Amino acid sequence: MAVLSGVAVPAPLSSTGAARLLVLRNFIVYRSAWKLFLTGFLEPVLYLFSIGIGVGQLIDTFEFHGEQVPYAAFVAPAMLATSAFNGALLDSTFNVFFKLKYEKLYDQMLATPLSTGDIARGEIIWGLLRGSVYSAAFLVVMLAMGLVESWWAVLALPATVLIAFAFSAVCMALTTWMTSWQDFDKITLAQMPLFLFSATFFPVEAFGDGLLRWVVEATPLYRGVVLCRELTTGVVTWESAVSVVYLVVMGLVGLAVVRRRLDALLLT
Amino acid sequence: MATSTSAARPTGTLSAWEGMARQYDYWLTVYKRTWRGGVANSFATPLFYVLAMGVLLGGFIDADPARLEGATSYLAFIVPGLVAAHAMTLAVSESTYPVMGAIKWHKTFYAQLATPLAVRDLVNAFLAFVVFRVASACAVFMLVLAPFGVFESWWGPVLAWVAQVLVGTAFAAITFGYSARLKSEEGFGLVFRLGVLPLTLFSGAFFPISNLGPVLEWVARLTPLWHGVSLSRMFCLDTVDWPLALVNLAVLVGLTAVGWVWSVRGLDKRLEV
Repeated sequence: MAVLSGVAVPAPLSSTGAARLLVLRNFIVYRSAWKLFLTGFLEPVLYLFSIGIGVGQLIDTFEFHGEQVPYAAFVAPAMLATSAFNGALLDSTFNVFFKLKYEKLYDQMLATPLSTGDIARGEIIWGLLRGSVYSAAFLVVMLAMGLVESWWAVLALPATVLIAFAFSAVCMALTTWMTSWQDFDKITLAQMPLFLFSATFFPVEAFGDGLLRWVVEATPLYRGVVLCRELTTGVVTWESAVSVVYLVVMGLVGLAVVRRRLDALLLT
Repeated sequence: MATSTSAARPTGTLSAWEGMARQYDYWLTVYKRTWRGGVANSFATPLFYVLAMGVLLGGFIDADPARLEGATSYLAFIVPGLVAAHAMTLAVSESTYPVMGAIKWHKTFYAQLATPLAVRDLVNAFLAFVVFRVASACAVFMLVLAPFGVFESWWGPVLAWVAQVLVGTAFAAITFGYSARLKSEEGFGLVFRLGVLPLTLFSGAFFPISNLGPVLEWVARLTPLWHGVSLSRMFCLDTVDWPLALVNLAVLVGLTAVGWVWSVRGLDKRLEV
């Protein structure tokens, strides 16, 4: 690798060009796994039908920022946010770990003009593109079911991209510290409570007014869920801005760490 | 391998019991060395569900026994269904990747078949181990839930546990048959997304299937998990409708029998090659 960085190497790619190449590579690989790609979209829709509609018949409405929201309309944006979260998590942990440790894919890429920063950006952009397709499809389902109550919902798509960005970056960073598949049990152990307790299926008021509620409100998925819910119900507040800043910062920190860790793992 | 296995395949030299007992401890030994990784998840995940859906979401649900199949709280309604669904999930995950591993990656089944064991014994031993896993997980789960006050009698949960084990057995047998025929592990992703998840969500674990509307309610009644959920719930809530319980039981036992035959045939064919 050190030898290659001599004089004969062509000029480094621009960072957009490099990310584009990586995205293209992932796209080609995924074309053969289209069944998994397609069914990935089903998961949130099934949750919406089951919990939102089935359980929803047992519940009247929930109060959200002072407005009464029907249960299905309450759960749907949460499913939108959690599907972005789950997708990002899956892509940036299992898949990245496999490429890093078994396929040695990144070692190969670094033998080309790609840099570790390019790899981090490219992988995350691919994850975001894939996630956006799911999110857009889910938003269409919500619209068809009459669960979108405001024009603000147009911004729900970028909101899911932001959620996916924040989690992709941080999870990819965490993955660089993993040594075996057993470590993924810890990921699941964090994923389940985040999924279930981030005011996804019931309002955050269920946690009372104490410390517990404060903790929940400070978790990233809760910020994402509330952001999506504010946008699809049209009850946008200053809290929305807090969520946006929170997720942007989280993503940028993650990205910086990924880059440093890949440098340490692959270039030394 | 083709010649050696077909020549030396000694079907029936061991009794079915002996054959199972000889290999059962193999899987148990493997498990003894690897259980730590998954144990937190297999207990934490259902508990998180009980807390989130049963306790917290249940706090917002009007507990009307007429709408909750006789349950006096949403928690009492959801618990028997969740444990049955957990039995299914566990049985399916234990009989997907490990079966493919024993055929394709570690070739454990080939090694076992080179001994006086027959294909039937390999299937029995494997399924017995999965049933042990399901039985112990469900037992712990039911014991943990007892203090929540969701059971109506002391004997009901015991019978419900038997029903949950039966759910696990039926699903393990069917899944084994599928895994024994599968060439690539990609098929498992589809099993979880198109099988396990929809069954968990729509087989009456989270809400009464009457909420699905008349047509889908009948579809739900045809799914194997619903029969397990129904049995488990009737016993836990002490609302047993015996004719229905017998139908539920017959379906689960029937599926187990069909699944077993399917598994033995599938593995027999697969190991010949």
